[in-house]
Amino acid sequence: MSLIQIGNVKAKKNKIPTLAKPFAVITFIGFLFLAVIFFQPLLKLKLINFGNWASLTLSLGLIVFGSLGWIYYNFANTIPGIKHNNIFFNSTMRRGLIGWSFGILITGFYIVLYFYEKFKAWGIPPLLDSLIQTVNPLSLLLSGQNADRWFLYGTFYTMAVLIMGVRMLLKYRHNRYQQIRTLSVMFFQLGFAFLIPAFLKAIKQPEFYFTYFWPLKPDYLFPWGVKNLTGKGSVGMFMICWGIVMTFIATPVLTYFFGKRWYCSWVCGCGGLAETLGDPFRQNSDKSEKAWILERWLIHSVLLAIIFITILLWTNDYFGRSILGGFTYTAKEWYGFYIGAIFSGVIGVGFYPILGSRVWCRFGCPMAAILGILQRSFSKFRITVNGDQCISCGNCSTYCEMGIDVRAYAQRGENIVRSSCVGCGVCAAVCPRGVLALENGPRKIGRFTGSNKNPLAIIKDSLLNREIYSESKKQYSEK
Amino acid sequence: MASNNLVIIGNGIAGITTALEYRKLNPESKITVISGESQYFYSRTALMYIFMGHMEFENTIPYPPDFWKKQKIDLVFDWVEKVDTNSKILKLKNTDNIFYDKLVLATGSISNKFGWPGQDLDGVQGLYSLQDLELLEKNVLNAKKAIIVGGGLIGIELAEMLHSRGIHVTFLIRENLYWNSVLPDEESKLVVHAIKSEHFDLIRKTNLKEIVDNGNGRVSGIITEFDQKIECDFVGLTPGVSPNVSIAKDSNLPIKKGYLVNKYLETEITDIYACGDCAEIVKDDGTSKIWPLWYTGKMHGEVLAQTLSGNKTEFKMGVFFNSAKFLDLEYQTYGDVFRDRIGEKHHYWQSEDKNHSLRLVEKEGVLIGVNVMGIRYRHRVCEDWIKNKLTIKKVLTLLEDANFDPEFSKKFEPEIINKFRGAL
Ligand SMILES: Cc1cc2nc3c(=O)[nH]c(=O)nc-3n(C[C@H](O)[C@H](O)[C@H](O)COP(=O)(O)OP(=O)(O)OC[C@H]3O[C@@H](n4cnc5c(N)ncnc54)[C@H](O)[C@@H]3O)c2cc1C
Ligand code: SF4
Ligand code: SF4
Repeated sequence: MSLIQIGNVKAKKNKIPTLAKPFAVITFIGFLFLAVIFFQPLLKLKLINFGNWASLTLSLGLIVFGSLGWIYYNFANTIPGIKHNNIFFNSTMRRGLIGWSFGILITGFYIVLYFYEKFKAWGIPPLLDSLIQTVNPLSLLLSGQNADRWFLYGTFYTMAVLIMGVRMLLKYRHNRYQQIRTLSVMFFQLGFAFLIPAFLKAIKQPEFYFTYFWPLKPDYLFPWGVKNLTGKGSVGMFMICWGIVMTFIATPVLTYFFGKRWYCSWVCGCGGLAETLGDPFRQNSDKSEKAWILERWLIHSVLLAIIFITILLWTNDYFGRSILGGFTYTAKEWYGFYIGAIFSGVIGVGFYPILGSRVWCRFGCPMAAILGILQRSFSKFRITVNGDQCISCGNCSTYCEMGIDVRAYAQRGENIVRSSCVGCGVCAAVCPRGVLALENGPRKIGRFTGSNKNPLAIIKDSLLNREIYSESKKQYSEK
Repeated sequence: MASNNLVIIGNGIAGITTALEYRKLNPESKITVISGESQYFYSRTALMYIFMGHMEFENTIPYPPDFWKKQKIDLVFDWVEKVDTNSKILKLKNTDNIFYDKLVLATGSISNKFGWPGQDLDGVQGLYSLQDLELLEKNVLNAKKAIIVGGGLIGIELAEMLHSRGIHVTFLIRENLYWNSVLPDEESKLVVHAIKSEHFDLIRKTNLKEIVDNGNGRVSGIITEFDQKIECDFVGLTPGVSPNVSIAKDSNLPIKKGYLVNKYLETEITDIYACGDCAEIVKDDGTSKIWPLWYTGKMHGEVLAQTLSGNKTEFKMGVFFNSAKFLDLEYQTYGDVFRDRIGEKHHYWQSEDKNHSLRLVEKEGVLIGVNVMGIRYRHRVCEDWIKNKLTIKKVLTLLEDANFDPEFSKKFEPEIINKFRGAL
């Protein structure tokens, strides 16, 4: 529904910088190679010999090189600042033909990925095999083992975070919060979600992701997951302890001091992808009240489901799998497939171009649910609103990937303390009037604020969502 | 409830704030808001972002369409043509007459035009309303070169808008520096720097003489007061705004430039009030002032709702504040910052890259004004400093507390404090 139509703006296009153009061609050639590799077994052709460094370089290598060049030259001659021109006229970013095609492509990839075994069982030709072969040299290099489909997935994922991370670094080169945060997700994705697991494999240790914890990665506190690790010596023990400490101690403590952002937009891989690959789509999140209601129902249901399943598994385990064995197993499988794969993968990432970058984080992630409850009730984090400077323009709400109507608070001069806020800081970055700032509790601000307040008062303030500078009343309405 | 029928002409920030605040105080009253510009209240300040594709119109409406039903506020999408103050009737352009018990005029502004020859040609326009935005779409369709006459806050926004469509912009300004009637020279120079960085042209100290017709009723260029001819295919006229008092004449409403009201926002006609851009407030000393700002429109609405509800409340500006963005350069101001006023001492700092600046204005030993560019400062903190008449020395010890930049931003305060301390 459009309330009014502004002319024929759809016809307008951004001018492409000359130097960027060759890189578009290079990227395209890379994708072409990849497509040929993908399709030739299906067509029973043999045009490119894959599984060697040459084909890897010509496909993924060219994609990386070309896209980085493209991104660089698109930002190179701009003046640092918010660059959102024409987003709403753009087919990719505003649910046009390209956006939908891209969405269908990613969704398709996830389906092929998750149904890999089933497809095989159904006698459908194994679609990913030639691609897996293509990244094999890299897998051999990193872990000494042959690539599987998860390694392929990890490679694509990490590439996306790194390439689009560079884009974020350039786009926000005037904003150090954005830069440091982006470097952080790039670091954790590359190191902790890609290289370290491969390295662990190479030295014959259990594959472990130090940046994922229960309940986002429920296996780490499921009986079989824990038992699996207990058999793996001191490294395994360390991993179990790490998982427990991160879930039960680090999570509440870090969230108290920094809000849920310490995880969601600094560490988490899902968040990392959303903040990099997903950035061009953030404006597509649904801002309606209905979406907010749906969000609260869904996310807390998923949280309850995973708590329930975990307790069930342990109970069942305690009684030697004598009670409810079948049901427990089914529940776990069901959760793993529908929530873990379909919701977080197919819908969560595949629908980026349609529903915005944080569908999973907003509607599904049980970790986000816990962090959100902590953030809302027991954290120093808030988005401070700067007095009466808001002009209700709507940039903040539009670019909030979590669909928070930031403006609704800002125009009333109220701080924003919402459980879903991942602290990406983009609302503050795009505000043209300097109205918003992410903060961890009242800073030391002389006599104006709560620097002399006791900790209990600070907690009470954040619980009640009070303004820091509530002392100074609005003068103009005094009689 | 006959005497409780409030009608507001204008659904801008002033009219809408009046309606919403009045509703809070009067849950049962009938409230009607009339506007010919748009069905729903939208943020005028976001016009530029619609055009540049940062947002759609839907994103600029602060309240969803069903909100108004829930608030029981009737919206009428039509133009008022005449107010009959004797029988308390509004005559509308397309729909039935509307009766009122109390009437609020919140009709906003119109763009200034100074009677230049050619000012009504095709391809010549100002920027104030949604209709202007639609017209702009048509006017710039094949435009390559634009001239913007009058360099104010709307002018710079229009320039940015045109730039986003690849149209080259030349400013024609009366002063030597940009917005120099308000900004001190140094800040004006920073704006000029920002303008030059985007490769806009700036013709200074020059007035417009006439706009040239291409023979088909469309603009082909302008002629300056020095008889210089500059070719262009679009002219933006942004030499400020004036109150929209178009219905005053037929309706016998008291005006000078705007609707004349006292400090309670009452006109001299009982039950008729005015607020926002269109109100000209007469002070006790007989002088009058118009506040053509978003913020003041909001304050007017809050104050007027009190007065309308029987709790007579004065409009007081308090410590002035405002903000704007010149291309990528953000600007905030608190208190009184004027150029060249006797008896004031200015402390000014700017960064080497010309992207950040700070100014503290001192009068009789205490802080009276703050200007920041490329740095964000806290409204409440600056306001408190000024209200409590802090000395500059004291302010310097607290300076960092006012900083509102994103976390990890480079802090300029140590450098600033160092510089200012040296000059104390
Ligand atoms: C492009 C632009 C950018 C701006 N940016 C800023 C900014 O950054 N900060 C700031 O402080 N201010 C800014 N302003 C100024 C600010 O928008 C105005 O001060 C504010 O909108 C005035 O509000 P208002 O409610 O008084 O009037 P308006 O918003 O003008 O609302 C009045 C409404 O009444 C309607 N109306 C008038 N006459 C009739 C009639 N006879 N019948 C029916 N309807 C009628 C008009 O069509 C209009 O819709 C900007 C203005 C523009 C144009
Ligand atoms: S409210 Fe702001 S910081 Fe929080 S998620 Fe939305 S855009 Fe990010
Ligand atoms: S972006 Fe800033 S000015 Fe605009 S609505 Fe949000 S807080 Fe207000």
